[in-house]
Amino acid sequence: MALGQRLERTAKIPGLSLAGETLVLDLCGGLWLPAHRTLVVSDLHLEKGSSFAAQSGQFLPPYDTRETLAGLHEVIARLDPACVVALGDSFHDARGPERLEPGDRALIAVLQEGRDWVWIAGNHDQAVQSGVGGRYAEVLALGGLTLRHEPLPGAKEGEVAGHLHPCGKVAMRGRAVRRRCFVTDGHRMVMPAFGAYAGGLNVRDPAFEPLFPKGFNAHLLGDGRIFAIGKAMLARD
Amino acid sequence: MPDPAPPQPEGLPERFAAWFAARGWQPRPHQLDLLALAGAGRSALLVAPTGAGKTLAGFLPTLVALSQRPSGRKQHGLHTLYVSPLKALAVDIARNLEAPIAEMGLAVRVETRTGDTPSHKRTRQIERPPDILLTTPEQLALLIAHREAEELFSTLACVVLDELHALVTSKRGDLLSLGLARLHRLSPGLTAIGLSATVREPDALRRYLVPQGCSSPPCGEGAVRMADLVVVGGGAAPDLRMLVTGRRLPLAGHTALQTMPAIYELIGTHRMVLVFVNTRLQAEYTFQELWRINEDALPIALHHGSLDASQRRRVEAAMAAGQLRAIVCTATLDLGIDWGDVDLVINIGAPKGASRIMQRIGRANHRMDEPSKAYLVPANQFEMLECQAALEAVEAAAQDTPDARLGAPDVLAQHVLGMACAGAFDPLSLYDEIVSAAPYTGLSWEDFEGVVDYVATGGYALRAYERFAKILRGPDGLWRVRDARVAQQYRMNIGTIIEATTVKVRLGRAMRGKPGTVVPRTGRVLGEIEEDFADGLTPGDTFLFAGEVLRFEGLSEDEALTSRAGPGTDPAIPSYAGSKFPLSTFLAARVRAIIADPSSWDRLPAQVSTYLGQQRDRSVLPGAGDLLVETFARGGRHYLTAFPFEGRLAHQTLGMLLTRRMERARLRPLGFAANDYGIAIWMTRDLSERIALEPGFLDALFAQDMLGDDLEAWLDESAMMKRTFRQCAVIAGLIERRHPGKKKTGRQVTISTDLVYDVLRKHQPDHLLMRAARQDAATGLLDVVRLGVMLERVQGRIVHRALDRVSPLSVSVMLEIGRERVYGEGADEILAEAEAQLLDEALG
Repeated sequence: MALGQRLERTAKIPGLSLAGETLVLDLCGGLWLPAHRTLVVSDLHLEKGSSFAAQSGQFLPPYDTRETLAGLHEVIARLDPACVVALGDSFHDARGPERLEPGDRALIAVLQEGRDWVWIAGNHDQAVQSGVGGRYAEVLALGGLTLRHEPLPGAKEGEVAGHLHPCGKVAMRGRAVRRRCFVTDGHRMVMPAFGAYAGGLNVRDPAFEPLFPKGFNAHLLGDGRIFAIGKAMLARD
Repeated sequence: MPDPAPPQPEGLPERFAAWFAARGWQPRPHQLDLLALAGAGRSALLVAPTGAGKTLAGFLPTLVALSQRPSGRKQHGLHTLYVSPLKALAVDIARNLEAPIAEMGLAVRVETRTGDTPSHKRTRQIERPPDILLTTPEQLALLIAHREAEELFSTLACVVLDELHALVTSKRGDLLSLGLARLHRLSPGLTAIGLSATVREPDALRRYLVPQGCSSPPCGEGAVRMADLVVVGGGAAPDLRMLVTGRRLPLAGHTALQTMPAIYELIGTHRMVLVFVNTRLQAEYTFQELWRINEDALPIALHHGSLDASQRRRVEAAMAAGQLRAIVCTATLDLGIDWGDVDLVINIGAPKGASRIMQRIGRANHRMDEPSKAYLVPANQFEMLECQAALEAVEAAAQDTPDARLGAPDVLAQHVLGMACAGAFDPLSLYDEIVSAAPYTGLSWEDFEGVVDYVATGGYALRAYERFAKILRGPDGLWRVRDARVAQQYRMNIGTIIEATTVKVRLGRAMRGKPGTVVPRTGRVLGEIEEDFADGLTPGDTFLFAGEVLRFEGLSEDEALTSRAGPGTDPAIPSYAGSKFPLSTFLAARVRAIIADPSSWDRLPAQVSTYLGQQRDRSVLPGAGDLLVETFARGGRHYLTAFPFEGRLAHQTLGMLLTRRMERARLRPLGFAANDYGIAIWMTRDLSERIALEPGFLDALFAQDMLGDDLEAWLDESAMMKRTFRQCAVIAGLIERRHPGKKKTGRQVTISTDLVYDVLRKHQPDHLLMRAARQDAATGLLDVVRLGVMLERVQGRIVHRALDRVSPLSVSVMLEIGRERVYGEGADEILAEAEAQLLDEALG
């Protein structure tokens, strides 16, 4: 059963690799690097709800951290990674860790138990340097891959980044479907945001152009599986 | 010798009697009745048909009282507040009041206060109020949340609520009821006058007008209070007919193409014709078809809510000036102002409800003693049945207005925040005030506390936001708003009307070299379309808008860029093929009764009775209380059709639930289609065989328990539920309203309510907003209540026929297949199709 689930949730797309590393896309939005037994998740935006409450007086349900961690819990239990990399913007703002509910803080500690845990710095949580376990890094090299939060313009062979919250939109016969997605051109990859309240940026947005000058494929997270969709089939917002 | 003067009507001062006489009028009995009641301090509901002088009746007590007040004092304060559902109506009434006030020389100041009123005038209206203020429910909410509200309304003697029947059926009615409750408290002697068209349940409106006692112990049931009722008899019966031409109508479709020449002929022989249709798309289509055959170049105009406001104003002005011969319009002209001398109303498509059709008929000829003339134009054979049912209903003066509402919790949350903005509130006395509003009499103290908690900190079980609370309880036990910013947020988010987010439609020329752009960039804006609709368009798609076939070129910011499609292009994307209003329960029952009783068929057009006869021969005609289910095979697939006649919303919900069940029964359902009369479901397995082998299978399939877990499971994922949730979240102030004209903020900043919904339903499914959304879904987009009543009705009354081919009745719903799109379902199918195209590219 556990094996069956694993097969359902992860998509091993033939030939999907970067810099010689095999990439396995997970339906939850995480990236599994089997050779390193490493799970990469990006843009968790923990405590985004409480950040809104503090700044704008909008009381979004304060369960986003819990929900995001539950998703993380599920995939970690399933894949049992030796290392988890949170690819930046793990907290929505620098004071996010202070606002963690005790239960959520405890869950993070449980998830970290027995494995390496790396918090990559993002633009939202640059200032977070301690207090939630694990180790901190600006960039992480893993085999041929470079893991960093914000993709650098220009050709970066083997770069895996987040930051942009890519979403793909397919419009057909008067209907539109918009989903989070992985974007790759075989040289670099931009990962979808993992956080429950993280929004999305359409992959046809100009922000993606300098990263993928020769086009890309998007891997959209469907309800039951991941769909590989070419740039030409993706609609603008 | 001069004639003896007519007896002076009681209570009508000399000045008024003389004014009536000078115009050759007699005060009507109901006008005097209302005057007498108001004089005795009684609130009253005036139910009268169009043209009965309702408005004057509503204001007469006020004008008489104001004419009699002692002169000399400079400041009298606000005397009468008038609330109308339409801004334009308030402005119109202000104009109409000018004449009697001027002619009688009354020292009465009348002003309007709407969203368009400039801020200096608003301030002045609070400092130096007029005698009569005309406004809308939203503006009333803002007024009572004003810090000066207590003083402003301390002098209020009378409140007049116009078109009350139209207001009370919505959340706006909930909001107004709470405002009214506050007014009753601020000025305890207040007289409320409701003006209404004929309704089925006047008692519901009578309760609405006056403060209710609390319904829980110790007050008990004796606490129902009602305003007095003044009813004006029918007026002339309308001259209403069905427009039947010799041409045969199709079994489905809503375009009435066959009847256009006959409609055009009627336009040619009348002064001014209002052509009502049910949807924007139908309006566009009808307008185009009429112009196609408009050989005499008659001035025919188009009017619907998506058109640019300035264009609508031009049409209205042309109507008022008598420059038009016909206006094709949607519900935008249902209510309110008389723009012109309309002498014929034509309603294309099914009437859907008897009360709606009465309202529309009333638009023709606003003189009560002359019959209004109107035609119902069926667009397909089923609509002929529906039109016949409506004719009979109108003849019997039967009404189908919906039942009184249960007050919505999201509206209450908005109101509670407003009351904190007005000043400190004591929870006990605010509770007493709220349960005196008719829609909220059943509100329990615990639920009220829940709402206050929601307003303060979001109402979450996880107490995360205590330190950010919007309202705070002081040591004196009173709740106050935290700071000026919260009050400002409240004012920006007031109201219950959530406009669908729209994008502007800009018309230009396509640029060959640069796809996705048009020139000039400053091309004409034709109006707005719903964002959902624009989202589903791909460049090259064609659709009907503003009377033209447009080609979609691309989206830019919040604009859909379009060019003119080449001549003769058929629009490819139907926006909403069916009717927006579901068939009313009442008309549905009449339609079932007609079908069940062949002796009544002689009143039907011959083609319909022939059709029903064929149905009887090939299958069976269901009894009035039965549910007919047919199963048959066609083109390698197996079909089930069923005919509950409960409206397309309820049928769509039924279709969703039935397919889930059939999935579990391994029948492999592939899809379904629904219209107002029935549903069709298609599948790969043989259902007829299954029913034959397994007694009771069909009864179990339609068993009421589908409304239990299946419904819950489906609801949770339903895109319609998410849309409903979004509306509740905006009304309750959880997320901020998007203001038209204001630029959209980036995706990273705004938060999608779909994400919020997904998180909330998992972690606190009984949250106030989830309950509010479910309450709405039950009667709104999903019509679950109606579905429940139907499932109960047909228990043990399912009539099944296994047929070897499609029956005449089933053809009608089979024709909907491929025409309908079901909102937000089957995302993976769409994605798989897009993926397959990638593979084709790769392999091709």
